[in-house]
Amino acid sequence: MAVATARVEAQAVPRRRARARRAPMVVFLTVLLVILVLPALLAPWLAPHHPLEGQLAEKLKPPVWLTGGSWQYPLGTDPLGRDILSRLIFGARVSLSVSLVAIFIGGILGTVLGLFAGYFGGWTDSLIMRAVDIAFSLPTILLGLVLAVVIGPSFRTVIVIVAFLLWARYARQVRGEVLSVKERDFVAQARIAGCSHLRIMFGHILPNVVNTLIVLATLQVGYVILLEGTLSFLGVGIPPPTPAWGLMVATGRALIVSAWWVSFFPGLAILVTVLTLNLLGDWLRDRLDPKLRQV
Amino acid sequence: MDHPLLEVKDLRTWFFTRWGVVKAVDGVSFTLEAGETLGLVGESGCGKSMTALSILRLQPRPAGRIVGGQVLLQGEDLLQMSEREMRGIRGRQISMILQDPMQSLNPVFSVGEQIAEALRIHQGLEGRTLWEQTRDLLRRVKIPSPELRLRAYPHQMSGGMRQRVVGAISLACRPAILIADEPTTSLDVTIQAQYLRLLKGLQEEMGLALIFITHDFGIVAKMCDRVAVMYAGRIVESAEVRTLFNNPRHPYTVALLNSVPRLETKIERLSSIEGQPPSLDDLPPGCPFAPRCPHARERCRQEYPPEVAVADGHRVSCWMPAEGWDG
Repeated sequence: MAVATARVEAQAVPRRRARARRAPMVVFLTVLLVILVLPALLAPWLAPHHPLEGQLAEKLKPPVWLTGGSWQYPLGTDPLGRDILSRLIFGARVSLSVSLVAIFIGGILGTVLGLFAGYFGGWTDSLIMRAVDIAFSLPTILLGLVLAVVIGPSFRTVIVIVAFLLWARYARQVRGEVLSVKERDFVAQARIAGCSHLRIMFGHILPNVVNTLIVLATLQVGYVILLEGTLSFLGVGIPPPTPAWGLMVATGRALIVSAWWVSFFPGLAILVTVLTLNLLGDWLRDRLDPKLRQV
Repeated sequence: MDHPLLEVKDLRTWFFTRWGVVKAVDGVSFTLEAGETLGLVGESGCGKSMTALSILRLQPRPAGRIVGGQVLLQGEDLLQMSEREMRGIRGRQISMILQDPMQSLNPVFSVGEQIAEALRIHQGLEGRTLWEQTRDLLRRVKIPSPELRLRAYPHQMSGGMRQRVVGAISLACRPAILIADEPTTSLDVTIQAQYLRLLKGLQEEMGLALIFITHDFGIVAKMCDRVAVMYAGRIVESAEVRTLFNNPRHPYTVALLNSVPRLETKIERLSSIEGQPPSLDDLPPGCPFAPRCPHARERCRQEYPPEVAVADGHRVSCWMPAEGWDG
């Protein structure tokens, strides 16, 4: 009896330790995300200056810890005298809103198409998967450039471009999952009970696929921010003067030697955000993977 | 009304694959009366499950097609109905339970929600009535503390309990016919007995007709009134249970019954049937059992035997009784 209890306890301890090891990671990640998400939400109240109004007299002031810097502009100013910190805070809004809207649109489109392709198979599947193949083989940036030139760069353009590039990933992922889920007995039972195809697709199969969708979406936010940054950097993203991190990096490109802070801080913001999101996405994937789940 | 409840006539379900046509069900006929239990026995791959799925028109598509026959439910041919009409039949008039309780329930919904869905679809119940009926269904399948179990998830229940939940879902709308496709194969023997007792009780309570698909003769003996033996997509013998056990006429049935080991006698070797069932895409012209049959003659290999009645309610597809040969 004593031996049995000892063995059970020995098993319980490593499980507790494993959970404890994961917890600080979550805290760390959540805090970081809060530092990024909250500024985006509370920008008008957090930012010390207006992001669009610059004082030319104050242009290219260095950050506070360098000579010539002051607490008035903690991270310095850009060539038009605009406070970099404020633009960074407002830039978070742009990055996050573009990602969320684009992922929402691309995600819904991709998920629905993936559901239909996986569930019905046959011609529907072939057609949709060919479209996915085409979408995947298009060169991302080139397409973005072309579309931006054709439609004209704007907030809406960027969202369309990004959504157009994202949906294929969802469609492929969802289709794969649907192919395996639809073979499971409970789907057959649902048919036996008299459920229609639509009800089974959206009421039974989709809830089983949602886990991976969440992981995919989380991982994609980072990708989208990078993409938006690249597009803005190339001049076909968010048009100035709206503060967008990628655009800010581009603005400071020529000044990288003399006024490095103009490019550095927005670049750092992109790095930290994307890294955090990727780590969070990986953690979520490990957590939500049903094969690894311990009952 | 003198229609039998269910009449299956010459049902044929074929699979059209790039390697040929697989005749999974090839001329199956039987009848089912209200309140009766019909056993469908045979080896794996003989077409029992596919027959059941064909009755509900749930054969795997697009490869599988019902190419012939009739399925008359109280006189109406199900094979002629539209998909919408079939959806009204499935779950409502005819229901089915599948083999694996682990997979039969959706893991992301609670047990109560899944039972409620059947009630919602077919009876349009909502709110309090829905909840009460769901709870009553759980009680009827003898799940203790049904109010608590409503919110439980499938993974929180044992296999036996899950199979009861599946039973509750199938019987939610009081169908006239329940098809049970090897429902106890994945359960422990003791749980098996409990479950079978439950099914029998429910059958008597609800006047349910049961089609019991199994390869276990013990279950047949316990549960069924009549039994049909299938081989290579066809029924080779059908009779009342007692008759089949005491006087099997088809060589395949005889061999099957002989292969079941008995406790009373000492066994040196388990007897089995030599050979393999034929490949369903390459069926011989004659009797499909001929290659393995100890009594096979030339006629058996050339021509498929007709079905003859060797006694009242006892039919066999074999040349021996048809031609009067000695066994």
